[in-house]
Amino acid sequence: MRHRSLVILTSVLTTGALTLTACGSRDNNKGGDSGSKKTEVIIGVDAPLTGQNSATGLGIQGGVQVAVDDANKKNLVPGVTFKVQALDDKAIPASGQQNATQLVNNDKVLGVVGPLNSGVATQMQQVFATANLVEISPSNTAPELTQGKNWQTKKVRPFKTYFRTATTDALQGGFAADYAYNTLKKKNVFVVDDKQTYGAGLAKLFTAGFTKAGGKVVGTDHVNTGDTDFSALVTKIKNSKADLVYYGGQYDESEKLTKQLKDGGAKIPLFGGDGMFSDTYIQTAGKTSEGDLATSVGQPVDTLASAQDFIKKYKAAGLKGDYGTYGGYSYDAATAIIKAIGNVVKDGKVPSDARAKIVDEVGKTKFNGVAGPVAFDQYGDTTNKQLTVYQVTNGKWKAVKSGTFNG
Amino acid sequence: MNTLPQQLANGLFLGSMYGLIAIGYTMVYGIVQLINFAHGEIFMTGGFGALTVYLYVLPDGTSMWIALPAMLIGGGLVSVLIAVGAERFAYRPLRGAPRLAPLITAIGLSLALQQAVFNWYPDAKTDRKFPQIDAGPWHLGSISISSGSLFVIIAAPVCMAALAFFVRLSRTGRAMQATAQDPDTAQLMGIDTNRIIVVAFAIGGFFAAVAAVAYGLRLGQIKYDMGFQMGLKAFTAAVLGGIGNIYGAMIGGLVLGLAETLATSYIDEIPGMQQLGGGGWSSVWAFVLLILVLLFRPQGLVGERVADRA
Repeated sequence: MRHRSLVILTSVLTTGALTLTACGSRDNNKGGDSGSKKTEVIIGVDAPLTGQNSATGLGIQGGVQVAVDDANKKNLVPGVTFKVQALDDKAIPASGQQNATQLVNNDKVLGVVGPLNSGVATQMQQVFATANLVEISPSNTAPELTQGKNWQTKKVRPFKTYFRTATTDALQGGFAADYAYNTLKKKNVFVVDDKQTYGAGLAKLFTAGFTKAGGKVVGTDHVNTGDTDFSALVTKIKNSKADLVYYGGQYDESEKLTKQLKDGGAKIPLFGGDGMFSDTYIQTAGKTSEGDLATSVGQPVDTLASAQDFIKKYKAAGLKGDYGTYGGYSYDAATAIIKAIGNVVKDGKVPSDARAKIVDEVGKTKFNGVAGPVAFDQYGDTTNKQLTVYQVTNGKWKAVKSGTFNG
Repeated sequence: MNTLPQQLANGLFLGSMYGLIAIGYTMVYGIVQLINFAHGEIFMTGGFGALTVYLYVLPDGTSMWIALPAMLIGGGLVSVLIAVGAERFAYRPLRGAPRLAPLITAIGLSLALQQAVFNWYPDAKTDRKFPQIDAGPWHLGSISISSGSLFVIIAAPVCMAALAFFVRLSRTGRAMQATAQDPDTAQLMGIDTNRIIVVAFAIGGFFAAVAAVAYGLRLGQIKYDMGFQMGLKAFTAAVLGGIGNIYGAMIGGLVLGLAETLATSYIDEIPGMQQLGGGGWSSVWAFVLLILVLLFRPQGLVGERVADRA
């Protein structure tokens, strides 16, 4: 009798205890889901943040930051908090590759925005492709990045993880050549490039477009990145009787070239690509930059109605540097990645093949971004082929012509 | 249009800047046999010193004709202080150490100075705009000279002449010659060699600051890493002219500047050499010249007697 009651007592106690424990653990789980314990997902950024090209690079970092803040505030992906991890590649390809490896090895990174430079991109693509990690560049314009080395004859997409929101130099160079010959009525051009993937490629495509239109290339030369004294080159340009100088490269060298060109007494404008389209160019070259021209991808961000909200947020965020050329595109690139993550990551649960799925989702993305419609074609290129010519007028870049270019 | 006179002038302008910086390398080497690799950064800090004077000391809108001397003094002061400080705290404690120790210290100091400006000078992470003389270009026959180039072409010979008189005629100058020849005997003769070494660093620093102002005026901007390339070129100029010899440094600078300019402008006009000419190759040709000179005249163009240094 005594024995039996003990058994009953024990079992009752045990059952009660178990029930209580069970209740407790369930409560804990619930608290974790709705409270502060969200899954953290990192959007990587790779761009030059110091030194060469950093004025433009900081705009990329800022654009992504605004997009991520937006996504967190609006809770775009339930159960997920986004964070930005920005790495500095100093515009050096080898640093870009190291950064890519670092981002790939962090499981929390589900997408990367960057890099700024096409030359850096060539060293990063393979790393991302091997890890199936999506990469969207807001600014790379070298055609071979998406269409393969022989893009002029046979387009083959080399890396399925690589996308870009900027259009290619194949269009940019031609667009610039068309404007120079038909609108500016320039007939003799001197072409200079910096021997980098982007600069040399752009200069070649401009040359092709300009000669096809009927213009004449009266001289060519190359400079090294980091060079400062261009006086010998300026004398050559003056002697060639060119009425326009086309420069394929970044603002770091072109701002010195244009100053020395005008100081040397050559009153001809310098024309460049999106690498030169930076406020730093005007600040440093001062009034010697007046009348210079640059093409850039897309339409001018500050005139787009869709971008006004972005510009306001960017300025309110107190970020380092200006949104510059690619801030809007970086916002769109980051948003494309965030939207893709939203389709893959449900309730904060990251599937084991999330990276591969996100790549597929980005390929299918279609929405209206701050800098225009965002969608990618079968090569990973943007379907938005808008380009704009800007000219320095009263110390500011002023849009003089927007349009598309088809060969 | 015959471009040769203009190109020669371009080469002289560039070469004068190299020469001014090279003086600093050569004087320090001549006296303590130290290659002061931080000299490029002393050049850079001189530029930032001058900019500081213009931006933060002088009232806004000061005419450049008044500002320029003040900037030279300010930039010179910063460069001299840093050069002398480097000597006192980085090199002097290592005076008796093996040759490699001060060399590594110099490289470390160079990085430290670069990073210090990069981190702490306002907005120095990219190019800083340098004030400009709002005049020119002037024309002399077919040669056009910008205001910055005019500054360097006047400043370099003036500095050089002053230095030559100083070294030849003043008491300190003679003491420098004596120290360069044989520091131990010089000390026995009552020369304060430590003071002489400080003077050598100070003169080198001031000349570098003059070059930095010239650089800023010519290119319109200065940057935290501008000392690296210019320092390397100036060091090359010092070796080309014969390191240890002040006239050699200036001549080496001019020859290097001319070689770079002429290589940029004329090599690609030689049939079959299109691929090897132009601005991208100018440094290559300058170094080819250096190798050739060193092959046939290891002591450099002007050369220093090496024999009496046993």
